[in-house]
Amino acid sequence: MARSVTTQRKTINTVLAWAVGLLIFFPILWTILTSFKTEAQAINDPPIWFFFDWTLENYSVVQERSNYMKFLWNSVIIAGGSTVLGVIIAIPAAWSMAFVPSKRTKDILLWMLSTKMLPAVGVLYPIYLLFIKLGLLDSRFGLVIVLMLINLPIIVWMLYTYFREIPGEILEAARMDGATLKEEIIYVLTPMAIPGIASTLLLNVILAWNEAFWTLNLTAANAAPLTAFIASYSSPEGLFYAKLSAASVMAIAPILIMGWFSQKQLVRGLTFGAVK
Amino acid sequence: MNTTIRALLGATALTATAMAASADNLTIATVNNGDMIRMQGLTDDFTAKTGHTVEWVTLEENVLRQRVTTDISTKGGAFDIMTIGMYETPIWGANGWLVPLDDLSEEYNVDDILPAMAGGLSHDGTLYAAPFYGESSMIMYRTDLMEKAGMEMPDAPTWSFIREAAAAMTDRDAEINGICLRGKAGWGEGGAFITAMSNSFGARWFDMDWNAQFDTQPWKDTLEFYVGMMNESGPAGFATNGFNENLSLFQQGKCGMWIDATVAASFVTNPNDSTVADSVGFALAPDNGLGKRSNWLWAWALAIPAGTQKEAAAKEFIEWATSTGYIELVASKEGWANVPPGARTSLYENPEYQKVPFAQKTLDSILSADPNNSTVEPSPYVGVQFAAIPEFAGIATEVSQEFSAVYAGQQSIDEALEKAQAITNDAMEAAGYR
Repeated sequence: MARSVTTQRKTINTVLAWAVGLLIFFPILWTILTSFKTEAQAINDPPIWFFFDWTLENYSVVQERSNYMKFLWNSVIIAGGSTVLGVIIAIPAAWSMAFVPSKRTKDILLWMLSTKMLPAVGVLYPIYLLFIKLGLLDSRFGLVIVLMLINLPIIVWMLYTYFREIPGEILEAARMDGATLKEEIIYVLTPMAIPGIASTLLLNVILAWNEAFWTLNLTAANAAPLTAFIASYSSPEGLFYAKLSAASVMAIAPILIMGWFSQKQLVRGLTFGAVK
Repeated sequence: MNTTIRALLGATALTATAMAASADNLTIATVNNGDMIRMQGLTDDFTAKTGHTVEWVTLEENVLRQRVTTDISTKGGAFDIMTIGMYETPIWGANGWLVPLDDLSEEYNVDDILPAMAGGLSHDGTLYAAPFYGESSMIMYRTDLMEKAGMEMPDAPTWSFIREAAAAMTDRDAEINGICLRGKAGWGEGGAFITAMSNSFGARWFDMDWNAQFDTQPWKDTLEFYVGMMNESGPAGFATNGFNENLSLFQQGKCGMWIDATVAASFVTNPNDSTVADSVGFALAPDNGLGKRSNWLWAWALAIPAGTQKEAAAKEFIEWATSTGYIELVASKEGWANVPPGARTSLYENPEYQKVPFAQKTLDSILSADPNNSTVEPSPYVGVQFAAIPEFAGIATEVSQEFSAVYAGQQSIDEALEKAQAITNDAMEAAGYR
């Protein structure tokens, strides 16, 4: 039976939720506001909130100085490519772990997750040397592979959790009807798991889009994505906060819009299995 | 007539073909600061002259340092030219990671490079990087506040004068801090400042046997003076202030004095960004009567990694970007106040540049810093605000964290110096110096 909630409690919860939401969103809001200020207004103390001469000058300077479309295209290829490739590899892996688990499945899942605990810088030199030998330095393909490998544990975990909710009997029935393993995964399992796969895709696109260690260290002029675009506006010797903010807004805008439209799937994906 | 035109057209076509055939596309790693960005905007001039094209990889200073270090130490070949500083150049030159710049053209006039810059960018007398711009540090102060305090800034003040002036200029009610100095952790931030300051107090990082010297009186004097003065007259939270934070405070009229990079002079005197642009004076960094001032020496320079396949084109670019011709190009487009300073002697002999208010003090500051003899007592290292050994960046970052903890009131000066001594000696022992 549903518990009754008083109006007072509802109000408190709503106010609290809005306060937390605004607190989390504040850095992004401040970045957006700063991007429309002059450099002098950007550092003003006390800070200027809304009443200033709004200007698009920073956006125009950033457009003039950098080839934004090139960075954007690289981000789309790297984030999209690594996620799609990761999901293609993870679906069979998650299937085997969910439906034909062995004694070691749990250990393997934990081991996969433990690779996320290794500081990335610890393997920078080996990966860099491998990239040199394979001619992958400053290539989008190289980054697709690296980011796919980095996010693979999360993709497998998410899909595994989702697949576990699908009754094994349905797959068994398909097998009895003569479906091969390939057909079982492609025509039976995947269509049933579409919502879970979609939220996995979305979350991993965001993770790959924001990845800033490997994308900065393995690229130069050709394959640099939007993380390198933002980094090029950061300066320890000079106050260019307004331009940095404009570059940041341009870099996060595509993913922010995508996240806005797909928030339902994202929340579903992130909270899946949390409440049973 | 027709024959002549045909011959001329033919010659032009041949030249263009030859240029295109030998044209390279150079990848250059650089930092995001005003002078470098200006250079990116003027690259068309280089392309028009040589046919070579340029792609820029602009990164924040610390990211750039990590990125180019990884690439050069693995001979990755991602970059044809790297923007590096005075700290890296002699170390990388000694490792054989950089192409020696010992065959630059006569036109380039390598002897025109300021001796202090050429010395700091060389190893065993060979130049490994050409300075794009150089800097020292000096005092920038508010002339109106100094006058209000009834004091007059000497050209070369002492630390005791600075402390007295800072106290006199401080007006907490009006949010004016007598002095703003770096306190932020990091070897290139607060670490650089306190090391340069300690030189004027007679301190040094190492004795001639590479033993740490933080247990000596000059280091204690340095920290006691710095902390005492900043608590009296510095801004709140100075432990986390670096270059940008102090620049912001100064531009908003909240600092009476600021001792920092000479390159800041063009920012604080720019009326578009600074509210105090018309009342800024300059003086040499203070001393303590021991023969060493507290100013540092730094250069952002262009170097060619040994792994590049485009060495000839890279040298052409370096000759273009660090030449007197480039300085004149910037002056003609953006004025003399915006030319890259601190690299060439001839710039300071130019009557047009001499009209820039901070030009002479910048030169005097650069000339008074000697990276080969930066401490009162002899020391085994090269560098003013750093010791040019590979281990220094890591050690100095840790030591500066301990010092910042003192500024924030989290530990005592004695505790910090004791830890600094242990950190440094342990690291030097592990590296085989002791």
